[in-house]
Formats: sequence, C-alpha cells, structure tokens
Amino acid sequence: MAKVTYIEHSGNSHTIEIANGLSVMEGAVQNDIPGIDADCGGGMACATCHVYVKEDWFDKLSKKEDGEEDMLDMAFEPNKFSRLSCQLLISDELDGLIVSLPSKQG
Amino acid sequence: MIKTDTLIIGAGPVGLFCVHQLGIIGLKCEVVDNLDKIGGQCIELYPDKPIYDIPAVPECTGEELTNNLIEQIKAFKTNFHLNERVEEIKKVEKKWITKTNKGTEFESSSIIIAAGVGSFEPRKFSTKEIDKFVGKEIFYSIRDKTVFKDKTVCIFGGGDSALDWAIELSNTSKVILVHRRDDFRGMQASIDKVHQLKEEGKIEIYTKYQLDSVQGSEKVESINIKHDDKTIKEIKTDYVLGFFGLIMQLGPIAEWGLNLDKKTVPVNTESFETNKDGIFAIGDICSYPGKLKLILSGFHEGALAARGCFKYAKPDEKYRFEFTTSSKIVKERLGVKE
Repeated sequence: MAKVTYIEHSGNSHTIEIANGLSVMEGAVQNDIPGIDADCGGGMACATCHVYVKEDWFDKLSKKEDGEEDMLDMAFEPNKFSRLSCQLLISDELDGLIVSLPSKQG
Repeated sequence: MIKTDTLIIGAGPVGLFCVHQLGIIGLKCEVVDNLDKIGGQCIELYPDKPIYDIPAVPECTGEELTNNLIEQIKAFKTNFHLNERVEEIKKVEKKWITKTNKGTEFESSSIIIAAGVGSFEPRKFSTKEIDKFVGKEIFYSIRDKTVFKDKTVCIFGGGDSALDWAIELSNTSKVILVHRRDDFRGMQASIDKVHQLKEEGKIEIYTKYQLDSVQGSEKVESINIKHDDKTIKEIKTDYVLGFFGLIMQLGPIAEWGLNLDKKTVPVNTESFETNKDGIFAIGDICSYPGKLKLILSGFHEGALAARGCFKYAKPDEKYRFEFTTSSKIVKERLGVKE
C-alpha cells in the first residue's frame, strides 16, 4: 500500500491510497483522476498515461525498459522526469510518491 | 449512396471478425477506417509484438492476426473504405445515413462501432502559435514531396517516419533533424544511414532539443529549438515536419448522441446495442459491467452484435442459429466446397 499524490496541470492535487501491485496509472483511472487517459490500457503502446515524477523520487523508481523511452518520444511535452505511469508499479517503497500531470495527453 | 445491411466503423480485429459473423448469417456490410491499412491497433501499434491470448493460437503477432482474419473473411468480398473517417450519422425513417470526411455516403439498417479508442490522428506540436502555418509550411504527413525541393526542411521526431523522410528528402533538400534525446528508435539501418549522411554533411542533427517557437508573419521564417538545458537555438527553415506517431481520438463519435462513459460507449450485453436503436458498439470502445479490453472479448461481442443487426436488416425473417460445421447454407456463404 502506498499513498500517491497526483497534481493536475491546474494545480489540483489528489492523494490516493493504492494497493501494492497496481500501477500508478491504474490508481488514477480507478479513482477517476482527470488527466491520465491510458488509451491502450497499460500495454506501453500509446503514451497517454504520461506523468512527470517529482525530482527527488525519479531515481528511486525502477529503471525504464527500452520500449518506454521510445513511447515517451510520442508523449506531449516530455522532459527528463517523464515516465509512463502504467510502468510504475506500487509497492510500500513508493509511499509518498508525487507525480505531476501534463497539460494534456497527446 | 452505398446501400448495405450494416456499416462497420473500424477495421481492427474486432471489426474484421464481425464481418465474418455478419457474413455467415447472410448480412452484407461495408467497413470504414481512418487508417490507410486494415488491422487497427494490431497493425498500427504492435505489428511485430507477439500476442499470447488468442484462443487456440498460442502465439502470433498483430500482423499475423490481421492477415489471418482477412483470410477468414475473404469469401464475403467486403469493401473497405480506408483513409476515411465517419463524420456524421443521421436517421432517415428506418435507415441510418452515414457520411465520411471524403463525402462517401452509406445507407444501412444498422451500424456497428468497432472503433477502439477512436480514430488515429497524428500527434501534434504543442506550440500554440503554429496553427496558422499547419498545412502550409508545417506538416504531420507528406502528400507531395516535390514542394520541398531545394528548400530547407526541419524534421522533428526519432522514429522510422522521421528517419525515412530525413534520408529521402536529403537528396533534394537541406535537411535538419531534431529529436528530444540522443537515441533514435527506428530501424538500425535507417539510424546508421542518417549518421552516415551527417558525416557526409548532408543532414544536420540536433538532439536533446524540442520545438520552442515559430517565427514568421505570412509564412514560417525561422524556428527556435530548446535544449534540455534550456538554451535556445534559432534555425532558419522553409518547412517544418513533425513525426511523433499517431494518437487515438474519439473524434466525431462523441457528437452522435450516444451515451458516453469517459471515452467508451455503454451497451447492453445481450446484443451490444447502444442507447440508439440499430447502433451497436463492440471491442475496446464499448463498456459494460465486467468489460475486459481483450481481442477475444471483442470477438464474442461482435458475434452477438451481428445477430442483433439481423432484425433490422430482415425484419420479416426469423433468425435461426446454425453451426458452421453442419449448415449447408453457411458453408455456401463461406465458399466452402463439400
């Protein structure tokens, strides 16, 4: 279980408790957090669950697989803290994670 | 005006299998898809990626699945209207009239929406002031490459489209390739070729840069690109091309008066009909309690939706269930020789 905070582009923030094993994307979709579309449903095939991970969290996350960086090329305004939230799996270690959402997905 | 029993929107795996299910019960259909090829997400997003959960097919790629589905519906000689997006639908008496962006019109007694998450559209630059240049000096696809002859062309992107066009246009244009990171993700041969052309002075490459702004009043005169470290570089260019892949947009479907739940269309699970009589939704675009976004679920949904279309196409006939293994008439429809 981890508490994850999603900050919308407008500044609205939502803190949600998410069960271990779910992804940060699923946590957002299941709790109706606006700003994460996840069109492909978690297949790393669409780049519409793009988030910016808060700086001090970025290095604590599992490293990107090859396909993720490729998909991030297609994300809207990616930067060096960009991740696909479908690839971030919740564990106790992620308690307190903060991600910001882009102004739009794609 | 093309008259048919059912219009299918979307030529992905679910739409394709639905052609089969309509065909074996004796209904005619036409298929419209905004992509330039048959196969939907299977062909556009993961043609080479293996799929492991198609019943009785332990492993196949998106492309193989598509080819097998096309083979399976060959007997029905279905017309595919590719590169066309359905724009509007309206009901005239008991028929649905559908119009595409190319002006093609259909009259059908039912419509099956098998549109995935919507139609594929090019991903665009995020820079706002560029709208007035799009289609004039800024493009997301190329129709006529001759306009770039002897001009400067700045290409953004790191995939195969960006690399292929950089290579192609470097024969006749000055090409500048800009990408957000050092690695390109296209075919290795193309990546090697681009680096070779750079060595030969035929292509300029800027990596870790993204588009920042576009200058020009009547036409594009120059652009600014911004490095990861925030430094800005100005580039004089005549044309700007962006190749960032495709994104799915629900598009006009949202305007048809269908109930919507986020980006999906709620249906009943008896026939997969929507809140509009004669309009069905199957595959990723439909939602109902327990919905799984699996291809195999879409096949089931298509089988039931096809039966649901029967009463609209043949109101005076009673639908009779038959097996393909034993029905003479179904085998005839499939073109099977006994």
